Amino acid sequence: MNVTRRRFLFSAAASSLSVMAVPGPCRAFDLPGKMSPAAGAMKAKRWGMVVDMSRCSSECAGDCITACHTIHNVPSIPGEEHEVMWLFFEPYKNAFPEQSRGLKEPGKGKYLLLCNHCDDPPCVRACPTQATFKRKSDGIVMMDYHRCIGCRFCMAACPYGSRSFNFRDPRPFIKEITPDFPTRRKGVVEKCNFCQERLETGRPPACVEACREGVLTFGDLDDPESEVSRILARRPHMRRKPGLGTSPSVFYVL
Amino acid sequence: MYNRGWVIAGIIFFAALVAFPVYWHAITPDAPFPELEFPLKEKQCVESGEYMRTNHMRLLDAWRTAVVRDNLFIYTSSNGKGFEMNLYRTCLKCHTSRERFCMPCHEYNGVTLPCWDCHVADAETKGGAS
Repeated sequence: MNVTRRRFLFSAAASSLSVMAVPGPCRAFDLPGKMSPAAGAMKAKRWGMVVDMSRCSSECAGDCITACHTIHNVPSIPGEEHEVMWLFFEPYKNAFPEQSRGLKEPGKGKYLLLCNHCDDPPCVRACPTQATFKRKSDGIVMMDYHRCIGCRFCMAACPYGSRSFNFRDPRPFIKEITPDFPTRRKGVVEKCNFCQERLETGRPPACVEACREGVLTFGDLDDPESEVSRILARRPHMRRKPGLGTSPSVFYVL
Repeated sequence: MYNRGWVIAGIIFFAALVAFPVYWHAITPDAPFPELEFPLKEKQCVESGEYMRTNHMRLLDAWRTAVVRDNLFIYTSSNGKGFEMNLYRTCLKCHTSRERFCMPCHEYNGVTLPCWDCHVADAETKGGAS
């Protein structure tokens, strides 16, 4: 055989190039119809929430959590190890550890916490599959549970503890399943979605609707005329861990 | 060649063993295609039946991406009819039984169906564990 080393290398390179030139089977799928946004949807540039803790009493406390967890099929798994939460109460020293003085703390009882839907969300940066992402249209930090591989990088990245992992099959822990919202499966992370599925039908989030004391106000932070913007202009407020630069969309009025 | 008889017999035996699925398929009758329960009220799916049979998985996948990521909720099909892109409120409204519509065909074709790990079919709404 009279093949020189040089000829062999040339032909090997040429054949590998020709393999690469063949168009791959990947192609975007074109639907025959058209897709459009819902007509009656609530719209905003950046959704945000104001939590007025001075109004939150123990009488109504927990109704908003029940409303949220019922419509989203959030399981109630006993014990702290495996518990799953979208909306939850924590004492001041846990909600605002940097401002906690260990003396008498402002407000009473516990603070209502949820996903902050940050302007610069660290969970989105951490997610290797883009299962968690920030929607450009309305600023909601969303999850696509189909894509979640359960690596929990987002949970490590989130400074607010807003995310929960399904260590076990959640279905047996849901008392009554709400059929028009999916449950989750074992091995995915879940969190508050600002009731994206309700906004699409023109309804405010379930916690806001369930709150009878005017604690929760929901609206567009980019619109100076919105209720949230007016409250924020009028009253002193704070956000959780502002020094981290995540810029939460959930504000607390004490 | 040493042991010619044994070697050739062995090759033939091996080939027959490997080709087993081919001639077994040729001599046995095909399993009958399962009976599927089609909706009574509605004659036309989101797209034509032929299209849905080949492309329902791609359609659902595109719907999912559009709803979750792009804030789109309405699908206007090629014949101009509007549908909400929602498995529960649109698909399952007509295809009421996953046991008699989805599963028989998927089992026949040996395709696993992870949809029901999370999405809820009507029968499961009561009583938690399913």
